[in-house]
Amino acid sequence: MYVMGVDIGSTSCKAVIMDQDKNILAKTVIATGTGTSGPKRVVEDVLALAGLSAEDVSKTVATGYGRIKFTGADKQVSEISCHGRGVFYLMPQVRTIIDIGGQDAKAMRLNDKGKVFNFVMNDKCAAGTGRFLDVIAKVLELRTEDLAEYSAKAKEAVSISSTCTVFAESEVISHLSNGIPVEDIVLGIHDSVARRVAGLAQRLGIAEDVAMSGGVALNGGVVEAMSRQLGVPVHVHPDCQLAGAIGAAIYAVELL
Amino acid sequence: MSDTRTVSKSMQMTSEMLADVYQSAFDAKEKGELVAWSTSIFPQEIPEVFGIHVVYPENHSAALSAKKEAPDFIADAEAKGYSVDVCSYAKTNLSYKDLLESKNLNMPKPDLMLCCNNICNQVLKWYENIGKELNIPVILIDTAYNYEYNVTPSRIQYIKEQFIEAIEKLEQLTGKKFDEDKFKEIMEISMENSKLWEEAMSMSTHKPSPMNGLEMFNYMALIVCRRGRRETGEVFKQLKKELQERIDTGTTSFPNEEKYRIYWDGIACWPALSHNAKFMIKNGINMVASGYPKAWAIFYEKNDLDGMARAYSSIGNNMAFDRLADRRVLALEKFDCDGMIYHMNRSCKVMDFTQYEMQKAVYARTGVPYASFDGDQADARSYSPAQFETRMQGLIEMMDQRKAERAAKEAKA
Repeated sequence: MYVMGVDIGSTSCKAVIMDQDKNILAKTVIATGTGTSGPKRVVEDVLALAGLSAEDVSKTVATGYGRIKFTGADKQVSEISCHGRGVFYLMPQVRTIIDIGGQDAKAMRLNDKGKVFNFVMNDKCAAGTGRFLDVIAKVLELRTEDLAEYSAKAKEAVSISSTCTVFAESEVISHLSNGIPVEDIVLGIHDSVARRVAGLAQRLGIAEDVAMSGGVALNGGVVEAMSRQLGVPVHVHPDCQLAGAIGAAIYAVELL
Repeated sequence: MSDTRTVSKSMQMTSEMLADVYQSAFDAKEKGELVAWSTSIFPQEIPEVFGIHVVYPENHSAALSAKKEAPDFIADAEAKGYSVDVCSYAKTNLSYKDLLESKNLNMPKPDLMLCCNNICNQVLKWYENIGKELNIPVILIDTAYNYEYNVTPSRIQYIKEQFIEAIEKLEQLTGKKFDEDKFKEIMEISMENSKLWEEAMSMSTHKPSPMNGLEMFNYMALIVCRRGRRETGEVFKQLKKELQERIDTGTTSFPNEEKYRIYWDGIACWPALSHNAKFMIKNGINMVASGYPKAWAIFYEKNDLDGMARAYSSIGNNMAFDRLADRRVLALEKFDCDGMIYHMNRSCKVMDFTQYEMQKAVYARTGVPYASFDGDQADARSYSPAQFETRMQGLIEMMDQRKAERAAKEAKA
């Protein structure tokens, strides 16, 4: 029997097909989020990859910001619980998850059974989230996916003091006009994101192993900065962006 | 079973009494009697003795906010120079004092200001500014924050002497002598009302609670605005009667199955109350306990000025952290709560700054799941519906988990 887990985020859609034994058959990411053609396409894509049709799927669980609008789910589960289950599936030693998505940042604590027993999310604003990195990448005329490569080559981090994405953009522009190397600016940006989100995580309390999930975890520069900030290793699974969808699929298996 | 289609008698009585709070202030103005604007937990016994008509800007701002009228007043106050970070009740009122006109609820211009900072210190400048701009007296009772668990003798002395000074000032202002007998009577009535209020709130210990908990925020207005009047006691007696009837017949005004009993920490998010209520009802989440309405259950011995000083100093925002944590731990137990919701109310710095520590401390002692959301008591800009729903859903999932774990433990035992 097959199930589908979908994670409809603000900036991307993810989907996973699993069998009743929780083996992943197919997984996919579409880079547009809720309110676009993303949700429809991600379902079509993942079914095609699995070589299945919609009728072959027994249960579907949806998560993420767009979970309520998504049609065709048997159940909606919060991204908090789904990320928790998903990351634990990928890395069973993890007890603290730091998830930075398009407009959300959250930290979650897992018990030994992989269930979330406590969580904290970003307060008041979206500073330190994926949107922040996208805006800065644009100003630096880089692709978001190239940021890690640049920060790795930095000589020293330049301080970015503004937490507000819009004001930080101005700071970056003025650094550029002062001839500060792009690499150093990117390292400063990564430090800024890490500092803000690490503060959030530390309020919750850190227990190892610590892992990052969500799209921003694909940025090795942010992961490294986070590890430096927290003083512990931070693990990332190559499928981390799919953690929410994997968790949703696991919930779907439990509905069978 | 629910009986939400008809408005209960107690709710009707509450609406009528509240309308009278405002109407009688206008009537008083016409007759040339004194009208005071007061902070919500000022020792109302004192102005009540002098027959001063008191209205409460916080209640007024909350009402305007619930009717979605606050944004214009807040914008006006900010245009006048008040920072975005200033309390939204204050801004709504600082604008209203000039405009003196709203679509939903009006109160007359004050003749004096009554300020007690047991709720916070932002009130000091708020009330001082109004005093200066309208050129009217401000009577201040400074309660001094309690770092110790219990109110110390020196603080009690300090506050008591301010009560005496306030009485002297009001004698001068009104030209009346302070009536000791009337004071005794009002203290008695106030105590009785606090007792009835506490008893009504305690009926939510019943499972399921006989009330849709968010209604407490409506009834609360009476204990704020008319704590010293006999009629208030009548309303609470009626409320208790209704609640008992529901308990006896197995009904409730909560329009769904009560799946989760929660403690609401902080002020109501008035601009989003209907969104909060819809989501909570849909998911079977009922507020059975809250520190906020409890703040007005003020107890002292009749005729004991020391006790009254202690009581007015022992208000939630004015007490030592450990004592506040103890209160919450006790409430979670007494009302058998499945979870806690913390409203991180941008306006109320005192409550917000405490919440980070409170969450940790209470969780460590009880293991009761909690979630917090950003909002504001009057400013709609600080609230995001999607954020609220995501966090509440996360809380539901943790509460389900804890229930399942406890059930499994009990099955083994």
